[in-house]
Amino acid sequence: MTFGVILTALMALLLLGYYTGRKRSISLSDKSNQRLHSLPQHYGYLIAFWSGAPALLILLFWSVLESSVINAAIVAQLPAQLQQLSADEVELFINEIINLSYSNVAIDDDVKRHAALYYNELIEFSNWVKSTAVFILAFIGMFVALAFVKPEMKARNLVERLIRWAMIGCTSIAVLTTIGIIFSVIFESIIFFKTVNVFDFLFGTHWSPQEAIREDQVGGSGSFGALPLFVGTLLISFIALVIAVPLGLMSAIYLSEYSSPRFRLFAKPVLEILAGIPTVVYGFFAAITVAPFIRDLGESLGLSLSSESALAAGIVMGVMIIPFVSSLSDDVISAVPQSMRDGSYAMGATKSETIKQVIIPAALPGIVSGVLLAASRAIGETMIVVMAAGLSANLTFNPLEAVTTVTVQMVALLTGDQEFDSTKTLAAFALGLGLFLTTLVLNIISLYVVRKYREQYD
Amino acid sequence: MINIEKREEFDIEIDKTVGKPFINDAKFSTRNVDVFYGEKQAIFDANIDIGKNQIIAMIGSSGCGKSTFLRCLNRMNDTIQDCHISGDIRLDDEDIYQKQQDPVLLRARVGMVFQKPNPFPKSIYDNVAYGAKLHGLASSKIELDELVEKSLIRAGLFKEVKDSLHKPGTSLSGGQQQRLCIARTIAIDPEVILMDEPTSALDPIATAVIEELMIDLSKKYTIAIVTHSMQQAARVSQRTAYFHLGYVVEVNDTNIVFTNPEHQLTENYITGRFG
Repeated sequence: MTFGVILTALMALLLLGYYTGRKRSISLSDKSNQRLHSLPQHYGYLIAFWSGAPALLILLFWSVLESSVINAAIVAQLPAQLQQLSADEVELFINEIINLSYSNVAIDDDVKRHAALYYNELIEFSNWVKSTAVFILAFIGMFVALAFVKPEMKARNLVERLIRWAMIGCTSIAVLTTIGIIFSVIFESIIFFKTVNVFDFLFGTHWSPQEAIREDQVGGSGSFGALPLFVGTLLISFIALVIAVPLGLMSAIYLSEYSSPRFRLFAKPVLEILAGIPTVVYGFFAAITVAPFIRDLGESLGLSLSSESALAAGIVMGVMIIPFVSSLSDDVISAVPQSMRDGSYAMGATKSETIKQVIIPAALPGIVSGVLLAASRAIGETMIVVMAAGLSANLTFNPLEAVTTVTVQMVALLTGDQEFDSTKTLAAFALGLGLFLTTLVLNIISLYVVRKYREQYD
Repeated sequence: MINIEKREEFDIEIDKTVGKPFINDAKFSTRNVDVFYGEKQAIFDANIDIGKNQIIAMIGSSGCGKSTFLRCLNRMNDTIQDCHISGDIRLDDEDIYQKQQDPVLLRARVGMVFQKPNPFPKSIYDNVAYGAKLHGLASSKIELDELVEKSLIRAGLFKEVKDSLHKPGTSLSGGQQQRLCIARTIAIDPEVILMDEPTSALDPIATAVIEELMIDLSKKYTIAIVTHSMQQAARVSQRTAYFHLGYVVEVNDTNIVFTNPEHQLTENYITGRFG
């Protein structure tokens, strides 16, 4: 039986456990004329858990360990001279045998044929034992748990505790994944910083990650000064925010305070669609429409500009992130209680005075988090920049020049066939770490702002 | 049993407001006021005068239109969509619903205190200074400081908050918050203060403090108060208006309304047989 079949059968058993548990609790309470401590379904959930959990655990454990045990067994019965091979070669050999065992090709080599047949036997045996063990365990779990069912058993409390543990499990998976990613980035970055000085990386102004693959190769200097990339990222994100924050905030204020409910019902989803357009589409829009427009405009003013510029990418990115600002701000502004508005109007304040002095301050924490979400999107954006701002790492604050960003260079570093231990590849991790720290700092700032306002106003 | 009583209620006709709805030298006078929320009529032909430097109490069961009526007096109903008002409401003999009347300026003359204390998300000082800043009532920081202090003193709150003027207004207790709302209302020196159940969210001690404050304020301001507490109406007001299902049933001096009501419905209400 395959993993999938076993899993399906186990689910069926789980259901069975639920219904028998429910039924048994009811019949026990009827028989002993005693009130059940919990609802019948709580007993059902409990039985289902005990018939499922131990069996599932064994199934997972077995599936994880199975291949390494079987491989060891195959290696053990190989002829001596094959066992002398290096670990990589043995692995290669085993992979070949596994492939052979699944194919129908006649095998000439005696050693290989024996090994393949042996592999098949082992797999079959393992599957048989696995399914038997799982089902026996499932039934044992079910019957033992059923034996424990009594009317006075505190099934609800037990089920609630199980649910709490399940939720703790879900939370820890999310948290551990984050921690795992951070550590993997940090460790790879440490390896990178062994070859490239941290200060050269952070403050170096020359970015040219091409390394010489051969000794005599020309032009591969391998210079990792990331400053131009970070400046480029911040420049483009800044332009994007300059576009998105006023537009987004103003439209949020219009939608929540001035527009008719019918218009809002129509306009808000339309605005939100902006966030749903794939960034590639924005990218070619930027490259084909906006960038040439800016170049032509510059030419008419007597400037000679390239068709790739930070401004073009920034403008289009700004349009893309408008809904992050407007939609979130609209929600928080609408959530400001009506009593606050009434209070202000009753003082003889006009609508705009009320919005400026009462509603915006009250909604500020939410607005700040909306802006920060938009900023994180802008910093992490890649596609628009590749198409509209280019790949050349210029250290400049001039929005009319071509710049590149951290994420674009990460893509460039990892595109194509790469060695995983080359400085060039590791540089991507260092860039990732830098990006992560940048957004972390932004988040800390926003938390600080939000908390400060909460203290003052709530 | 209940059905019979209800039938009795509806059989009593509300022809014309009884008692003494009109007085000489009124601050506010309303004539033939009808209020509609969409199709639904909330007020039918209300005729009341509100006397200068008096407290008038509006009583009646929930949904009888007394809050709606109160909100007509400073045009707060303008902010509600599909609410429209017909009739004549005059403040100092001046139609407040005429075209050239700016509701914003009207509300600076007719202040309002709400049922639930609603301090702004600002410091205590800024809450009180809010209206003064809007209307340019203080020309310097010193003048503004004085105004804030004076208003807080008048609202009986200054002693409690004088060391924490820059703490958020929301950090105060419910009763203090309501007095803060009164302080910010009197800071713009209105002529009339409307109070919509100002003590219904407060405990008896805070209520007593606010009632005293109202009586004190009535020396200078005209006050209209909506209340569910008949004791409160009897304690603070000079005149009382009884509302029933959108009609103004009876208006008279408070002691007459509570001791010798003219209308059967008023008597039912104040003796607790209804509502």
